[in-house]
Amino acid sequence: MLNANREPPPPAAGRAGMKKDLPEHFKDYHHVWVFIELERGQVHPVSFELLGEGRKLADKLGVQLAGVVLGPPGEASWHAVAEAFAYDADLVYIVEAPLLGDYRNEPFTKAMTDLVNTYKPEILLLGATMRGRDLAGSVATTLLTGLTADCTELDVDPDGSLAATRPTFGGSLLCTIYTLNCRPQMATVRPRVMALPQRVEKPVGRIVELKLSMVEDEIVTKVLGFLPDAQSAKANLAYADVVIAGGLGLGGAENLQLVTKLARALGAEYGCSRPLVQKGWMPAERQIGQTGKTIRPKLYIAAGISGAIQHRVGVEGADLIVAINTNPNAPIFDFAHVGIATDAIRFLPALTEAFTRRLSPHSRDKLAS
Amino acid sequence: MHIVVCIKQVPDSAQIRVHPVTNTIMRQGVPTIINPYDLFALEEALRLRDADGGEVTVLTMGPPMAEDALRKALTYGADRAVLLTDRYFAGSDTLATSFALSQAIAKIGETFGPPDIVFTGKQTIDGDTAQVGPGIAKRLELMQLTYIAKIASIDLDAHEITVERRSESGTQMLKSKLPCLITVLEGINEIRRGSLQDALRAARSEIVTWSAADAGIDDLTKCGLRGSPTVVKRVFAPTGRAEKSVQIDTADKALRDLADELIAAIFTRQPALEHELACDGA
Ligand SMILES: Cc1cc2nc3c(=O)[nH]c(=O)nc-3n(C[C@H](O)[C@H](O)[C@H](O)COP(=O)(O)OP(=O)(O)OC[C@H]3O[C@@H](n4cnc5c(N)ncnc54)[C@H](O)[C@@H]3O)c2cc1C
Ligand SMILES: Nc1ncnc2c1ncn2[C@@H]1O[C@H](COP(=O)(O)O)[C@@H](O)[C@H]1O
Repeated sequence: MLNANREPPPPAAGRAGMKKDLPEHFKDYHHVWVFIELERGQVHPVSFELLGEGRKLADKLGVQLAGVVLGPPGEASWHAVAEAFAYDADLVYIVEAPLLGDYRNEPFTKAMTDLVNTYKPEILLLGATMRGRDLAGSVATTLLTGLTADCTELDVDPDGSLAATRPTFGGSLLCTIYTLNCRPQMATVRPRVMALPQRVEKPVGRIVELKLSMVEDEIVTKVLGFLPDAQSAKANLAYADVVIAGGLGLGGAENLQLVTKLARALGAEYGCSRPLVQKGWMPAERQIGQTGKTIRPKLYIAAGISGAIQHRVGVEGADLIVAINTNPNAPIFDFAHVGIATDAIRFLPALTEAFTRRLSPHSRDKLAS
Repeated sequence: MHIVVCIKQVPDSAQIRVHPVTNTIMRQGVPTIINPYDLFALEEALRLRDADGGEVTVLTMGPPMAEDALRKALTYGADRAVLLTDRYFAGSDTLATSFALSQAIAKIGETFGPPDIVFTGKQTIDGDTAQVGPGIAKRLELMQLTYIAKIASIDLDAHEITVERRSESGTQMLKSKLPCLITVLEGINEIRRGSLQDALRAARSEIVTWSAADAGIDDLTKCGLRGSPTVVKRVFAPTGRAEKSVQIDTADKALRDLADELIAAIFTRQPALEHELACDGA
């Protein structure tokens, strides 16, 4: 299918013009794989988002979609297998071993590279989480293949190669990257960049198991302990339905409570633009944007945020963006759906009050009748 | 203790434009800075050296003008700077970059003593793959410790290091061996102001400048464009949304009425939301 009757590549007019002349031994690399990320018994939703993308790629290529589960023996790993099928994987590869409980680079890299070398995928997708990026980098270097990180769009060209588009230069530009003559073509995607696909009702499909050829003595790094984030401190920002965020326009740390109060009234999460983290007004895990979290809420309200490109790329997936900003020409009004050019410090309390009034049990009765 | 810190000179990202016809990046006139994430790596290295003694070598691969970034690093207090520069490196992607840097680090080891720790930033703001660090670790067979929030202790005699590593849902305490490669999280430390003394020293210092051959790289097929499996085919500006936002008219209105109007505008567009919020909000 690939390149069989193609002209030889034009002479070195820069590599951008070059065709992907795949060496013979890579031609039996087929199918699209998605790393199913399992931490402490939970599958990270980014894995499902990637299965959704992987499905589209696999269908275009006319190949199969596989999940890859690397986990400790037992229920959690098999739950992850079932979940991969529920998000439409055609088959699942699993390496089940005690060494794959807590994440460590060495056994995970070994398990993944062994799988790739044995079963040869043409595309391998991982979430751009801390674990996904740690693993992707070592796997790509071990296999000496290309890796495109933090993609925002994935597609396949008519000739079957993966076109991976990602922001570059701090989000001000996008670039499309190809992996020329190596396999697999690897890419990572941040959580919430892709939409969560529908679950499908279908029976568990084919499962392929591989043994981990590594023992504890071969692993240098030891886990001494794990401190889970306190539930209260853990900002569930990326997956919240409603997010309220504040920016420098709030003027001072003392005004952050205007944002948190509105969030509380709506049962929403709150976040901020980057300068607030740099000033120490909010913790880093609440930062929204290119170097913070990507969000996809049903409703996003930004108060006193100018809408710089680095902020914008993190919120564009929201269904409805509302901006409150004193400056009617602020860039945020270029991508918000509803804007109000007013002083957020005065307006937020009124908005909180109005929401509370409208959503109170009394008016809820009215709604029901 | 010998610590190597990899830094990259990057264009100040806020000021980049694409050429509308050729679709190439117009770098002319754009000021350059040390990749912001690399400063945390540098500071962490300096902090360890100040506590335990030893030397910090900064390394960059880039065009001759990347010397500016190295000099800047010297003003913070780095002891030595190495510039790896050669036309063969042009067009390197992360795989080729990590190859060249790992060869240079090996050469630094031979010349100035083997490093106990190699630091890289979490990611760059121009290439930003966050892969060069893991790539170097793999090639030099260093233990790979990424997303480190804290270096808890180092035992040079036992070649042991304990660190706190962030994961999605908590913090892992890890014990590993030196030599290792560490990428640190931003905010792990507070970047110092360089002293006047270091600034003077930096201005006078000689930058160790190596070509591919000087660094002992003989396999040039692993360098630059030829050694890069990935290629950037297209660079383009993101397209904006076609229509501007609907503005709520604020003239002569009480705050309360404005708020009601905004809420009406929200629920008109997202009717299902009102019911959901009424159920679990307030
Ligand atoms: C490599 C890189 C990565 C970055 N990553 C991120 C990121 O992940 N997330 C991010 O957010 N930023 C990021 N930034 C920073 C980004 O470029 C902007 O500087 C930042 O988003 C601006 O924050 P802001 O909108 O809060 O502040 P400003 O740009 O200062 O805007 C404040 C806004 O508030 C308005 N205002 C003032 N007073 C009021 C008032 N009383 N009521 C209402 N509005 C008022 C003003 O009109 C103005 O529009 C990054 C930058 C770089 C270089
Ligand atoms: N050309 C380079 N010279 C020196 N260090 C680099 C270079 N490119 C990347 N690095 C290091 O690798 C880290 C990750 O880079 P990247 O994979 O491009 O996001 C950076 O923070 C630097 O510490």
